[in-house]
Amino acid sequence: MTLSADLAAVLYTVSAILFILALRGLSSPETSRRGNLYGMVGIGVAIVTTILVAGLGGQGLLLVGAGLAVGGGVGAVIARKIPMTDMPQLVAAFHSLVGLAAVLVALAAFFSPESFGIVGDGGLMKPGSLLELSLGAGIGAITFTGSLIAFAKLNGNMSGAPILLPARHLINIALAAAFFFLVGMMMSTGGADPWMMWALIGLTLILGFTLIIPIGGADMPVVVSMLNSYSGWAAAALGFTLGNLALIIVGALVGSSGAILSYIMCKGMNRSFVSVILGGFGGDAAAAVGDREERPIKRGSAEDAAFIMKNASKVIIVPGYGLAVAQAQHATREMADTLKEAGVDVAYAIHPVAGRMPGHMNVLLAEANVPYDEVFELEDINSEFSNADVAFVIGANDVTNPAAKTDPQSPIAGMPILDVDKAATVLFVKRSLSPGYAGIDNDLFYEDKTMMLLSEAKKMVEEIIKAL
Amino acid sequence: MTLAIILAGGAAVSPLVFQLAIFVLAIFVGYYVVWSVTPALHTPLMAVTNAISSVIIVGALIAVAAGTKGGSPISTWTGVIAVALCAVNIFGGFLVTQRMLAMYKKKER
Repeated sequence: MTLSADLAAVLYTVSAILFILALRGLSSPETSRRGNLYGMVGIGVAIVTTILVAGLGGQGLLLVGAGLAVGGGVGAVIARKIPMTDMPQLVAAFHSLVGLAAVLVALAAFFSPESFGIVGDGGLMKPGSLLELSLGAGIGAITFTGSLIAFAKLNGNMSGAPILLPARHLINIALAAAFFFLVGMMMSTGGADPWMMWALIGLTLILGFTLIIPIGGADMPVVVSMLNSYSGWAAAALGFTLGNLALIIVGALVGSSGAILSYIMCKGMNRSFVSVILGGFGGDAAAAVGDREERPIKRGSAEDAAFIMKNASKVIIVPGYGLAVAQAQHATREMADTLKEAGVDVAYAIHPVAGRMPGHMNVLLAEANVPYDEVFELEDINSEFSNADVAFVIGANDVTNPAAKTDPQSPIAGMPILDVDKAATVLFVKRSLSPGYAGIDNDLFYEDKTMMLLSEAKKMVEEIIKAL
Repeated sequence: MTLAIILAGGAAVSPLVFQLAIFVLAIFVGYYVVWSVTPALHTPLMAVTNAISSVIIVGALIAVAAGTKGGSPISTWTGVIAVALCAVNIFGGFLVTQRMLAMYKKKER
């Protein structure tokens, strides 16, 4: 059975609409599950339509079935096993696969131009199609190697510290210029020389690598979002080659989604997108501040903290990535439950860059069975701190640092912060007094209303639960 | 609107212009839809956009068809590998999203 091109186009549009509904569903947790289902149906429609319209049969169908079975099996196992703390790495790894797939599809089209309908007059490939193919392959290749680096940095296979090559901007500009030169040459020769295609893929593979290695581990949330965006643009470019509506629309959706997330992450850190991309900032091990004066702090015990919180009427918990590193989410939720039973009003405040990717902390709290309607974003809860008796900061530091507002010289100046200093009492659970990744001291530690709970996060919370 | 104008313009609009119009409109749709996504679901958003960007499998399927029907064997094999890679993403992406979304629960009252 083969489908007419018109019917196929209609079906691709249906699948594109299903994808839009999938994203729309994410506007609230209640509708999100149905949205995800729409997405699955959408991709199913696209696959079946293509198999029918391309007239896949016999050996081809067998090969496709094998590919789907092997890939699908691997994907399903990964999806079941992956710990939620590793989501950023997983997403980076998945992006690299989309990038590589884009490169492979571009190659396939390049070597079978007739079947992809991109042959123009005189038996040569159309210049426009060659441009789309090269852009698809190039962006795909950058996404592939860039995501591999992001994966290695997030997964700890590689140091999070920025690696600065000498003259790196010059290298990147030269690579990009060479890429466009090759694209131009290929377009003018109608793609007669396959080496040009291989060469431009090679160039962009290197470019993906050199673009991402100078970016520090702390900026990875922006990088992952940006590569998300790139994978979309690569898909869109190939959508033009194939004249496929589903691919063009999906590419545009994913491209704008990733771009918006990058923007939100940059705003959350008050860093400009350009300065993130140029790199060199925010290694995991930021340079220690040498001449810090020793100032007195007020240390507290778990019993003190339990006493203060039990007598509070409103407690706001501020979790940071340190909470997840210490695997203290479940203990924290238990503590909150105990407090709620004692009649204390408990809420969670999440900074946009609390986790290692957009929305990461929300997933980690959801996994620990924290109800999502107790979890609030910065702009929704910041005014509440002045009514709170206790701000319980655990595994977070820079996102509460008042220096962002008061000290224009501070590296985090202008970054939106959670106003924990407005709460009557601030409890800081921290392993030591070391500064956060930005390498700056937090004045809040030394204030009268602050009590430092210096211990390993999970141990401290468990002790507080006992004391309650 | 734009589509209507193009369609009403009638006669010979090149497919590229038509596709560009759809592309630009889809960017606008994406812009508004993504801004309406609650920040609490940004991680599932990334996982699911990743899964749907694997619709690039469409190109991989055409490549396999092209290769097995007398085209270049390079197309067959790049196509098959791309199908497998996309399948990892499709199954992995949607299932991990489903797993995450299942964890979001309301307060018990």
